[in-house]
Amino acid sequence: MRTAATFARSFAALALGAAALLLAGCTQDMATQPRYNPLRASDFFGDRRSARPLVPGTVPRGELRSDAKLYTGMSNGLLIDSPPFPITRADLARGQERFNINCAPCHDRTGYGNGLVAQRGFRHPPSYHIQRLIDAPLGHFYDVMTRGFGAMQDMSDRVTPEDRWRIAAYIRALQYSQHANVSDVPAGERNKLNRLPAAASVPAGHVAVPPASQAPQKESK
Amino acid sequence: MAQIFHRSTNTLSKLSIFGAVFFLAGLGGIASLVIRSGFYTQIYVAREQPIPFSHKHHAGGLGIDCRYCHTSVETSSFAGIPPTKTCMSCHAQIWADSPTLEPVRASFRSDKSIEWNRVHKVADFVYFDHSIHITKGVGCATCHGRIDQMPLTRKQNTLLMEWCIGCHQHPEENLRPRSEIFNMAYEQPSASAPVVHRGESYTRQAALGAVLMEEYKVQSLTACATCHR
Repeated sequence: MRTAATFARSFAALALGAAALLLAGCTQDMATQPRYNPLRASDFFGDRRSARPLVPGTVPRGELRSDAKLYTGMSNGLLIDSPPFPITRADLARGQERFNINCAPCHDRTGYGNGLVAQRGFRHPPSYHIQRLIDAPLGHFYDVMTRGFGAMQDMSDRVTPEDRWRIAAYIRALQYSQHANVSDVPAGERNKLNRLPAAASVPAGHVAVPPASQAPQKESK
Repeated sequence: MAQIFHRSTNTLSKLSIFGAVFFLAGLGGIASLVIRSGFYTQIYVAREQPIPFSHKHHAGGLGIDCRYCHTSVETSSFAGIPPTKTCMSCHAQIWADSPTLEPVRASFRSDKSIEWNRVHKVADFVYFDHSIHITKGVGCATCHGRIDQMPLTRKQNTLLMEWCIGCHQHPEENLRPRSEIFNMAYEQPSASAPVVHRGESYTRQAALGAVLMEEYKVQSLTACATCHR
């Protein structure tokens, strides 16, 4: 009798211990580790940011930015008119992609400044196809992307310097596309123009090229 | 010594031992149902946010590319939550007096971050990288659903391990051409709507997926250490 009771008691104690061990395994220490994931809030820093700003003067490895032409678009205080590195067809394609992501919301894909954000009330940017911007050096577009201009914020935190030059090169291509003559097309390629239907690849109801009168010509200062 | 238990309890004890098996199996079954349920995964539940941001308006209505705000999605494990400056690049002038957007302006004035509530959360012992999925041909909408149709952001998939594994075992079922990654309206090829890739027209995902597996050098990675490093 006495041994049976002892057995029952020790069995109960063992079961309780096992249950406690099992429950102890239910904490989420592995799922929520004592580390910061990107942009996770911090209780340690006063501004609650785990992503800390760089100490002023910090130069990340490989980002000395000693190439003034590449990083400022200027040479001897003047905006340069040629890209600091050769622009290939792949660069132009990349420029087009980045333009459509970062610029087209306001400037629209043709560069007339009729993007949806401008249509919804943002100040219309100037068209790229006005004489002032056709005459502007290439470095001007780089400079505007880097430092902002008028109502436009700078894009330096979103677009790398190299991509800014590619976008600038693509803006040049856009300008050229609206002012090119048939004589600019190599003679051997000209017959291809006749093969293209007037509104090739433009969805129904859209105009391939907005008439100049509709495009805002006003400049924002 | 007298019998403590009546003879009939013999049957009862046998029955309870036999029944315990079903009881435990039932508990396991209920647990697996709970873990897959919306109650646990928070699927389709729009989390409350400091500002009722609408992807439907910004990505769907205005057609702003995902990468305008989620700038690091192609190059980093983390897609990136835009700084308040990005919001202000339009909202300095648009809806500039809206009381709904006051937290944005307050954040810009005071240089205090807007504290969004995370919608897609994976445990810290899971390594996940956005950039590799995008490079290998997995579209945004494959995991996030039609986010351009969500007025408030919600989770479209469970993010349970079985869901990850399902695709890792058969990546060809979900691959799309790289040019279509950010196209929210992309649909897999069908006989009525073929997908053209590199001049070839495909009417079946199986055929397109196999070609993309080869072209993008996609492997079926199912080793534990792929995600649990």
